[in-house]
Amino acid sequence: MTERTLPGTPLSDEDMQQGKVLTLNWPASLRYEWDTGVAIGRFLRELKNGRIIGRSCHRCQRVLIPPRMFCERCFRPTDAWQFVQDSGSVNTYSLSHLRWDASRVEEPILVAVIEIDGSSQGGLLHYLGDVRPEEIHIGMKVKAVWKPAEEREGSILDIRHFRPIDTAQDGPA
Amino acid sequence: MPTKVAIIGVGHTAFRATSPGLSYKELMFEAATRAYEDAGLDARSEIDSFLTCSEDLAEGTSIFDEYVPDQIGGAERPVYTVSGDTIQGLATAYMQIASGIVDVVSVEAHSKASNVVTPGELHAFALDPIFVRPLGFNAHAMAGLEASAYLATTSTTREQCAHVVAKNRRNALANPSAAHAAAIDPQDVLSSPPAFAPLTELEVSAPADGALVIVLASEERAKKLKRQPVWLRGIGWSTGSGITSGTDGSSADYARSAAEMAYRMAGIGDPRQGIDFAEVDDSYSYKEPQHLEALGLFGPGRAGAATADGATARDGDLPVNVSGGSLGVGQLFEASGGQKVAEVVAQLRGEAGPRQLKKAKTGLAQSWRGIPTATGAVVVLSRD
Ligand SMILES: [Zn+2]
Repeated sequence: MTERTLPGTPLSDEDMQQGKVLTLNWPASLRYEWDTGVAIGRFLRELKNGRIIGRSCHRCQRVLIPPRMFCERCFRPTDAWQFVQDSGSVNTYSLSHLRWDASRVEEPILVAVIEIDGSSQGGLLHYLGDVRPEEIHIGMKVKAVWKPAEEREGSILDIRHFRPIDTAQDGPA
Repeated sequence: MPTKVAIIGVGHTAFRATSPGLSYKELMFEAATRAYEDAGLDARSEIDSFLTCSEDLAEGTSIFDEYVPDQIGGAERPVYTVSGDTIQGLATAYMQIASGIVDVVSVEAHSKASNVVTPGELHAFALDPIFVRPLGFNAHAMAGLEASAYLATTSTTREQCAHVVAKNRRNALANPSAAHAAAIDPQDVLSSPPAFAPLTELEVSAPADGALVIVLASEERAKKLKRQPVWLRGIGWSTGSGITSGTDGSSADYARSAAEMAYRMAGIGDPRQGIDFAEVDDSYSYKEPQHLEALGLFGPGRAGAATADGATARDGDLPVNVSGGSLGVGQLFEASGGQKVAEVVAQLRGEAGPRQLKKAKTGLAQSWRGIPTATGAVVVLSRD
């Protein structure tokens, strides 16, 4: 980067830290505990059980993942709980070379939207793992890698990541 | 003549101190379903525009617009949030309809106050970061400051303020949707522990959870529906300089100027003649008489004594907060004004059940955005 000379005296971090410039600092300490409600509450409990559950709408014939008690297309209550597979296919993906604080990582973080088998284009945003970045492609068949049961706590992180389906281990996709 | 716009549907959940079994989305879906059923409209084909009134910090999610469409029927339709009270949302809906770009608008507001673990921090965020936050006191003390100024300026008494609390919490006993109904007397209010003196604990409204949806339509559209329309005759909103700005902190000028705007539009010269009943902001006890005076419904310093004499009771000359108000129903974030509008609509339609007023042709609802704001809105609604 070429340095540009601008008029005036530049401020340094040190100037700020030594209080040579007056600033005000207000650290945010807001905390929330969201009620998960009927649909997401059940969804999280089933993750703890190592299963993915959706809700079906009998009018538009869709199975919604994540589940909701209402169908946003039909604007009516959804009708039934329905377990779906813990496998799916990559809808889209990104190799993230930066963390969320914008610092660079050695190996890219593999982020993907997984269309869950048995749902209607239902997508879970999650990590890919056990895969080389260059092998990832849209439409790739993947399966959930779960945390051990005793470590699961009813969180989207109860699934560690999705890994490519190994036809030898998992059978034909 | 201003464009005629009507409220054609109202729906809400019960308001409760907590709502652990339902997500905010599920609460909103219930309110929307009830409102669209009330209006007799199909959510996906007969509503042109959707608004949600909310503040991101109260939700804990920024750009909250993105989280509202599905549960109010607004997926892939015109939707945005208004960071203001429901009555400000109604003003936005009015403008959308009056501009001619839409005919039917849904306005949603809700509270999941029970999900905010650090309400004190939330309030602190609204305080001026240079002059007020470093002092580190509870933001409700701002209401204590204003209460002292109001009592001193108007000679309103603490006993009269206690009457407001007892009246509203008792009114809420006839409102099955109210979270904080109680059979209490003014003496109970005065002897409750001091909170932000001169205010006691019972003089500060307690939060509640719930959701509501109000549907508005153009005159042409409203007249084609089965439901009897409730006409929006006047609406106004205003923001002042705030309590620490050196202006008179005792008189709720925002409510006065918002009311002037609404009365002008409604063609109301003497509000006491034109208004049969009112639902006004009562976030704190003294706020009700202060607002009644700012709205021109009582002379300066008169509302407190009138309350103690029963003039604002359900069977009084000018019933005020028959629903129970924020003290009885609960403090609902941006839905607070909406709850008041819902009550005015129920009364005008003659559907208020055990709390139905005999004379209910024209009613007023007023909101205040709470500490530390000097923002209020007023809407005048009428059967014809
Ligand atoms: Zn459907």
